[in-house]
Amino acid sequence: MPALSPLEIEALRLSLRVGLVSVAASLPFGLAVAWLLARRQFPGKILLDGIVHLPLVLPPVVVGYGLLVLFGRRGAIGGWLYDALGVTFAFNWKGAALASAVMAFPLMVRAMRLSLELVDRRLEAAARTLGAGRLRVFLTITVPLMAPGILTGAILGFARSISEFGATITFVSNIPGETRTLPLALYALTQVPGGDAAAWRLAVLSVLLAMAALVASELLARRLDRRIRGVA
Amino acid sequence: MIEIDVEKRLGDFHLTARFAAPAAGVTALFGRSGAGKTTLVNLLAGLERPDRGRIAVAGEVLFSAEDGVDVPTERRRLGYVFQEGRLFPHYSVRGNLIYGRRRGARGTAVSVDAVVALLGLEALLDRRPGDLSGGEKQRVAIGRALLAEPRILLMDEPLASLDTPRKAEIMPFIERLRDELRIPIIYVSHAMEEIVRLADTLVLLSQGCVAAAGPIEELTSRLDLRPLTGRYDAGAVVRATVAGHDVTYGLSELAFPGGRLRVSHVALPLGTPVRARIRARDVALATTRPVGISFRNVFAARVSEIAPERAPIVDVRLDIGSPGQSVTLWARVTARAVQELGLTPGREVFALVKTVALGRSSYGRYDPAPGEDDDAL
Repeated sequence: MPALSPLEIEALRLSLRVGLVSVAASLPFGLAVAWLLARRQFPGKILLDGIVHLPLVLPPVVVGYGLLVLFGRRGAIGGWLYDALGVTFAFNWKGAALASAVMAFPLMVRAMRLSLELVDRRLEAAARTLGAGRLRVFLTITVPLMAPGILTGAILGFARSISEFGATITFVSNIPGETRTLPLALYALTQVPGGDAAAWRLAVLSVLLAMAALVASELLARRLDRRIRGVA
Repeated sequence: MIEIDVEKRLGDFHLTARFAAPAAGVTALFGRSGAGKTTLVNLLAGLERPDRGRIAVAGEVLFSAEDGVDVPTERRRLGYVFQEGRLFPHYSVRGNLIYGRRRGARGTAVSVDAVVALLGLEALLDRRPGDLSGGEKQRVAIGRALLAEPRILLMDEPLASLDTPRKAEIMPFIERLRDELRIPIIYVSHAMEEIVRLADTLVLLSQGCVAAAGPIEELTSRLDLRPLTGRYDAGAVVRATVAGHDVTYGLSELAFPGGRLRVSHVALPLGTPVRARIRARDVALATTRPVGISFRNVFAARVSEIAPERAPIVDVRLDIGSPGQSVTLWARVTARAVQELGLTPGREVFALVKTVALGRSSYGRYDPAPGEDDDAL
């Protein structure tokens, strides 16, 4: 494949930025929700579980529209954020990251919750008898032992983010250099005559990116798995 | 002192435990599986919460339902060696050892080097838990608990998941904790031979209740506790001191109030106090002093009680030694022998104990004065 064109580089860089920021920003929330769902019993747990999983089953355009209503410049949350902090998600790359994060959230939480349920709680009890408080137990025992799940969640979330289309285009539109990620650029190319060759190149690029993420995740997961099984 | 008075319901199981044990030497919690031993230790460690009651160690209240006290596990300073080791798989042996190390604690700091030397862990430090043997894992787990500098060490069947050679490998290390570090230990087990080797105080648990608590010599000779202490291994536990070694024949002599007991070689210096268990089924009786016999231990004795065991077997309780200083032995014989020899309480007899019956697992050393509250029970 010949060298990338400036437009392709722009879309690729935007996609990577949106993907990384959405994963990094949602990871702590994902971990907290996974912990609540795996370890706690509370009223409304089923409801929380349902809400977290909604983006997985809703049409993405509904999520995008919901974000627009809530986080638009005059939205319930968006308006307040803009007035109080001067931050807005409307029609910029941050909005694209938010849309990706919401769409990727269920996958991320699922992976982390499953691995958290597999953590041997007897090891956490042992750590407490050695004088470690709850936070230290969480950071030194629980998190390292669920690392493969956190990693899988992050990679899945990243892959989902860079392929997000429907919610993004509904929420922040398709603005070159601002919100036009790879899928949106691809879509734009399919709408103009003679864009076929360029569209193909973007499609191949998307496949390569996704494959690279999956292979990296598999290799890392193997290493982490050996580590938490206690062999060097 | 360790004072426990708790109740805990877990499904159908109901634990009611009330006893006090000296915070010195080794206190064994003994009972069948399901008797509530592990639950009791978990309550003590704070890993489970009693429904009601009170737990105090050395005057400090760790739990009190009445006063709303519940010191969290991490601040109880009770070391815990679990049956399955529970080493952290993502840390090296060294990382496991120093995980709970108390920093900034003044005074009696236990050094990593000392613990490593005590437990023979030098060669293991850079290995990972996944490639340690069962015995090695348990040694690391003991070291890890010690380095957190606990006030008391709780050991929940630390040998139960090991095969016999591994058990023999770990036992001397546990004896060193008791004899060299002098750390009070609560030792959970369902194996009487481990307990005789280690424990000073015995707490008998049965179906969620404390059936008895007291010095081990006393409890093992009580007939009413037989169903709990075990019929097959029933017998007496006597205190003795190592009084001689016979290098030629590989024998040793233990002095006890009843005389001198010849046993297989004991690898302990002269004068060492030991506790020996003499099983009833290893003791035979004669009405006259036998001659030309292979038994090396013959003691003049007086029958004090004849207790029917399961027919056709009876256990005969014997007093040996001078009055006022006598000790109890048990002999297991048939009812027919009792009748034919005319054994009745008060009858003078001779008790015969086979030397070979007293092996390595029959005795353990003990501390003649294990602390200020030896007689607290």
